[in-house]
Amino acid sequence: MNILFWIIIVPGILVLGLVASWIVRKVSALVQWRVGPPLFQPAYDVMKLMGKEILIPQDAQRTVFLTAPLVGLAGTLLLSLMLWRITVAQTAFVGDIIVAIYLMVLPSLALILGSSASASPHASIGTGREMKLVMGYELPLVLAFVVVVIKTAGSVGPGEQLSLAAIAQQTPAFSISGMLAFLAALLCVQAKLGFVPFDIAEAETELGSGVLMEYSGALLAAWKLMHALMLVALPFFLVMVFLGGFHATLPPAELGIPVVIAALMVFAGTRLLAARSKFMDVLSLLIFIGLCVWLGLGKYVLILVLLILIKNTNPRLRIDQAMKFFWVYCGIALVAAIILASIGYYYDIHWL
Amino acid sequence: MSLKMWSLKKSVWVFHVNVGACNNCDIEVVNMLTPKYDVERFGIKLVGSPRHADALLVTGVGTHQAVIRLREVYRQTAKPCVVFLIGACACGTGIFKGGYHVAGPVDEIIREVDPDAIIAYVPGCPPKPEAMISGVVKVLSAL
Ligand code: SF4
Repeated sequence: MNILFWIIIVPGILVLGLVASWIVRKVSALVQWRVGPPLFQPAYDVMKLMGKEILIPQDAQRTVFLTAPLVGLAGTLLLSLMLWRITVAQTAFVGDIIVAIYLMVLPSLALILGSSASASPHASIGTGREMKLVMGYELPLVLAFVVVVIKTAGSVGPGEQLSLAAIAQQTPAFSISGMLAFLAALLCVQAKLGFVPFDIAEAETELGSGVLMEYSGALLAAWKLMHALMLVALPFFLVMVFLGGFHATLPPAELGIPVVIAALMVFAGTRLLAARSKFMDVLSLLIFIGLCVWLGLGKYVLILVLLILIKNTNPRLRIDQAMKFFWVYCGIALVAAIILASIGYYYDIHWL
Repeated sequence: MSLKMWSLKKSVWVFHVNVGACNNCDIEVVNMLTPKYDVERFGIKLVGSPRHADALLVTGVGTHQAVIRLREVYRQTAKPCVVFLIGACACGTGIFKGGYHVAGPVDEIIREVDPDAIIAYVPGCPPKPEAMISGVVKVLSAL
């Protein structure tokens, strides 16, 4: 049973990622008063890309060009496996929050390597922007985690200040400094995912697709899968660091499994009818989200929906505006949060 | 039918190539991609690079300057791909037939590069978005 669980988990994470990217496209469509793509659209996209020709530009640095997507994919897969392991099996090691921060940089690093190896002017502009963006958001992200470490320092066991599993038992977001840090980290995650307003490196309208310009076929599919996995891993990480982790209140298996199956069947039924009526379409989405909430993924859905709404209500920033936003505004807010958290820790005031 | 073709039908990413259109066809192509027609329902999406594309939406007669680029864009498109010729001009040079700047019907130019290219014609001056969608559907069901 246990071994089976660890065998299913990798495809399971991939499926979850594809469903998450469907939710992103579907909710964006609903915001724009459209119908949006069918449930299996991300899977169709990946399947199609797998079957297409792989073109390698003449001047490209072949080895880096070919391995970069796999490095990025492997990094995100490792990150999501680690987060799952901490959530499900409650196993962790001291200092895993630092490993997670490193693994979270890996996709952007792979993107920078891959696009700079592809010998395309559009991609190289994209690379420069991606590099600046990484420098922009890494600082506030790390500062936000510093706030969390200070906030939780009093409540976790000695020597466990940097352990994600211990931090996931606390909810630092229910305080002024924690909330500031959470909002800043949410925007950093938005930038890591390359969503509007921070899709500066991809910039469909001016750079074609920027960093991914020269990729085709299975390599592009690897990038798409990486992005889908990041849609799972990064919000998961936020939930564990700021919102107190996942606590599924699962009923006993003999009651829970039939209910889950029934809910999935209702979901499938409403999806089949979705082409006929808008009501069924929205209803199926609501059923699905309800199921997620019931299975203890409510906080994840909350963060995902927040990210989608920010994505759909903002125009793209210029790279200098993004840098200024992250360093000046987020920086100042986070320094204030660190001072507040330190004061709160020193005088034992929890809401600061 | 192979899995490759089946999934291609389910997810068509289009790239728009203008080879000397009067801009009217281009406006209608962009019109087709607006929320009103919502082609994302069928998995159709506009992409910014021919390497990502499954379908090229070609508009215009193919002027001497543009056909050089058209050949290159076709070569750079990951196969299998479909070429849609949008508008009377692209289908057979239209009102510009015999013009000094016309390098020939677009389909012949693409066949020079690849004799087995899948080419579909959507006539009209300009064709309506409905006509384009219907053309896409017909081609995909004939593949
Ligand atoms: S077909 Fe008509 S509308 Fe289209 S480019 Fe030619 S002249 Fe313009």
